[in-house]
Amino acid sequence: MTFPLQDLLAILPELIVIGTACLILALDPILGADKKDVLAWLTLGALAMCMGLTSSHLTGHTYAFSNLVVIDSYGAFWKLLLYVVTGLTVLLSLAYLKAERLSIGEYYGFILLALVGMMVMVSGADLLTIYLGTELMSLSLYVMAGLKRTEARSLEASAKYFVLGAFSSGVLLYGISLLFGLAGSTRLSVIAEAIATQGTANPMLSLALVLLAVGFGFKLAVVPFHMWTPDVYQGAPTSVTAFMAVASKAASFGAFLRVFVEGLGGASADWSVLFTIICLATLALGNLVAIVQTSIKRMLAYSSIAHAGYALIGVVVAARHSGEGASSGFASVLLYIAVYSFMTLGAFALVGMLRKEGQESENIEDYAGLAKREPLAAFFMLVFLVSLAGIPPTAGFIGKFYIFMAAVNGGMTWLAVVAVIFAAISAFYYLRIVMVMYMREPEGAVATHSRLETSPALSFVLACAIAGVVFLGLFPNGLWSLATHAAPLLK
Amino acid sequence: MTSFPWLSLIVFFPLIGAVLCLLVKVESSRWVALGFTVGNFLLSLPLWWLFDSSAATMQFVERASWINSPPVNYSLGMDGISFPLVLMTTFLMPFCVTVSWTAIEKRVQLFMSMLLVMEAAMVGVFVALDFVLFYVFWEVMLIPMYLLIGVWGGPNRLYAAIKFFLYTLAGSLLLLVAILALYFQGGHTFDILELSRGTYGASLQMWLFLAFFAAFAVKVPMFPFHTWLPDAHVEAPTAGSVILASVLLKMGTYGFLRFTLPMLPDATAAFTKPMIALSIVAIIYGAYMALAQSDIKKLIAYSSVSHMGFVTLGIFVLNIQGIEGAVMQMVNHGITTGGLFLCVGIVYERTHSRQILDNTGLAGPMPRYAIFLMIFALSSLGLPGTNSFVGEFLVLAGTFVWSQFATAFAALGVILAAAYMLWLMQRVVFGTPAPAHRAHLLDLNARETATLVPLIVLVFVLGIFPNPLLTRMHASVTNLLSGQKAPAYATAPQQPARPQPAAPMAVMSSSSSEQATAR
Repeated sequence: MTFPLQDLLAILPELIVIGTACLILALDPILGADKKDVLAWLTLGALAMCMGLTSSHLTGHTYAFSNLVVIDSYGAFWKLLLYVVTGLTVLLSLAYLKAERLSIGEYYGFILLALVGMMVMVSGADLLTIYLGTELMSLSLYVMAGLKRTEARSLEASAKYFVLGAFSSGVLLYGISLLFGLAGSTRLSVIAEAIATQGTANPMLSLALVLLAVGFGFKLAVVPFHMWTPDVYQGAPTSVTAFMAVASKAASFGAFLRVFVEGLGGASADWSVLFTIICLATLALGNLVAIVQTSIKRMLAYSSIAHAGYALIGVVVAARHSGEGASSGFASVLLYIAVYSFMTLGAFALVGMLRKEGQESENIEDYAGLAKREPLAAFFMLVFLVSLAGIPPTAGFIGKFYIFMAAVNGGMTWLAVVAVIFAAISAFYYLRIVMVMYMREPEGAVATHSRLETSPALSFVLACAIAGVVFLGLFPNGLWSLATHAAPLLK
Repeated sequence: MTSFPWLSLIVFFPLIGAVLCLLVKVESSRWVALGFTVGNFLLSLPLWWLFDSSAATMQFVERASWINSPPVNYSLGMDGISFPLVLMTTFLMPFCVTVSWTAIEKRVQLFMSMLLVMEAAMVGVFVALDFVLFYVFWEVMLIPMYLLIGVWGGPNRLYAAIKFFLYTLAGSLLLLVAILALYFQGGHTFDILELSRGTYGASLQMWLFLAFFAAFAVKVPMFPFHTWLPDAHVEAPTAGSVILASVLLKMGTYGFLRFTLPMLPDATAAFTKPMIALSIVAIIYGAYMALAQSDIKKLIAYSSVSHMGFVTLGIFVLNIQGIEGAVMQMVNHGITTGGLFLCVGIVYERTHSRQILDNTGLAGPMPRYAIFLMIFALSSLGLPGTNSFVGEFLVLAGTFVWSQFATAFAALGVILAAAYMLWLMQRVVFGTPAPAHRAHLLDLNARETATLVPLIVLVFVLGIFPNPLLTRMHASVTNLLSGQKAPAYATAPQQPARPQPAAPMAVMSSSSSEQATAR
């Protein structure tokens, strides 16, 4: 056996991230409690290095480790997005952990381990590779969700997430094993060939499709596999929530699309029906239930469920097409998730850092009169919410524009109409926050009103998120060409 | 034609002011807002002379690529239909600032900033030549307007603001889907002029018509979709009401003229009758509702429903008098109703009530105010010599050609308008003064007089000399009609409409005698 230098070079970014994670875990006991920030800077340094390496992968298409891993522009797109959101999460955590008086060095190590998992997910060319990535991501996230060790809700979130996550992993694995039985391999390319030669009539294939849909459905947090989302998002430390809502969702979409298109593309007629139903249910439930929430974290959790529904529109539409229609459909999904990442991260950053007597101001009522106390924070929140509602000139509009465009192009205008109706409904709960911030006066003594706990790191995160939301809303050309460039390789 | 980017200038100039307003102190933000709105009006004023009234094409065109794929362009332009509306918008905005000078006490900087954002978006809607760009401007307006109503509005402002927002958003999102459908059917372009040249299948046109209707009819508002308007008007601060009534409502009718008629001629022809029926229902229903109101703002709001009914009526009779009358009426309603809302705002600042019964007998303590109010009221009921007469007359003349029966019903609206307006004046101006707070009712100060006088001047100028404006829209309207399917009456008289300038001149004396009575 020769030393697989080529292969190792291909996964150099992953190796760097793993190396840094180990270094952080090793350094953590040595460093004093007041020097934990060093670990965050170390993390950012590693991310910057990976950023440079992965950018060079935007062109080309190579396999590594005998087709277990693929290095292509599709994976590179997701990885770049993941680096950006991880970097922003790390900065947000710098501020957040301090405010929460959580001094846990291994936190950054877990973030990086989760990141490796996600990177493996989006560049796996084999179901087992993808499964391993999923597990690594999930296990790290289970731990991170329970980081507030003294708070019952955080522990509950962690436990709940773990139990449901483990269950979904089992289901996913069961689906994978059925596909193995069908195709004799877990390579996506082999499975695709097997489907092409055997046809889609096999009931085992249908069962495998359903099981994989369930497994990924949990990771994507789509209805009816969304039950864990609100509780976990609410209970987990907010920086972790932001990470889960953004990075884990992006990586899950990345893996999900690769599996269902590269591996199961031949059966797209079957699974697109399945996902049309899931998409409609997700849009309806996510948007309707978000209306009645009183906790902003729960509301954002339901909103993130709903946004997965919008992204699924692009998937469903693309699945019914071939050629140009399909690639623009998938590109719209890529763009949508990227846009979603910025606005959701920005919103969660604000939610985490708006504090009332040292505690997070989690109730929507705590936002009353925010525009007066913190005009800039309220304005930023307004921009994020407007973008989430999909109103121009923000990035959220561009995201919806391309998704609806794909739907109309794909002959599913009815789906676009349903989606816009739910978009109008969603405006109601997003605007409710605006209303509370701008039009309501706070009750109680001034000292107990929520205020933004600012720090340079937080300012940087918010500036990046706002810049992303506004810039991508006004000049989407760059991101769209990146997304279209990444998408066509899915065949 | 000029290569100078006039239109970009008047779209983006207010935005500079909007940012500046947020950065300065309260007192200076008022002056900044005033400076930028007046400045923008002055910037738009040269267009009056630069505009080539003989050309039916778009003028002052600018074009740059915005989104590469799909091709969305930043393209602006102006024709005889958008031209009066742009000037009306820039003309009215300074008065929105002056009327809010002391009325708005909290978060002044944000308020002024929002007014300027509104101005940019409103001008943008009227000059956008790309459907997506139009949609962006159309939607951008929602947030500032939501804040204007919700933050600075009356007691029930939260309900009114969200109702306004959701009604408009639901309608316009359907418009977005229609825009996308049109893109794929109309040769993969969002260019409004190219889309207008395309021909579309009958059933597609029907669907698109309904989607356009959802967006535009809510905005106008046409009869069954009008319920947000009284709430929004009543709760909005004065400047918000003026913007709503004068400009926002026009965007709906502008949408019909710019998109529905040129792009969907078959569907327009098919839907002519229901649209005219809805218009007439709005005219009469709005007028009857106005009669029943005890709140002055609500009364004016319902009168808007009625007046906008004339506009949609004029549009859908599909002849030159009708459409030119409709555009005239759009401008006139902007000026007159804007003036009425300004008047209500001014008195509300003194009595803190919008109820008719709390504001009776103002002629005694506030004689100058009473005169101005009376002039706007007479203009609103369409007295010859004032601006509204021209528009309503043309619309009715256009309708007469289409159906005398319909005209009879529409004319009923004019009579009812006289009834509710004169009754309102009888109470507010001439009634017995309410006992409370009569003594300290001060007449208009210099700022308020300066706010109202320019509008009064326009009421008469447009009433007596409508031709300069009509000639500027004539070529565009003729061009618009040339693409229409032959309407129900095959022998449409196509002679250019030139409302007899002599007649309004003759009645001038009577209208000045009305002023005398007011005094």
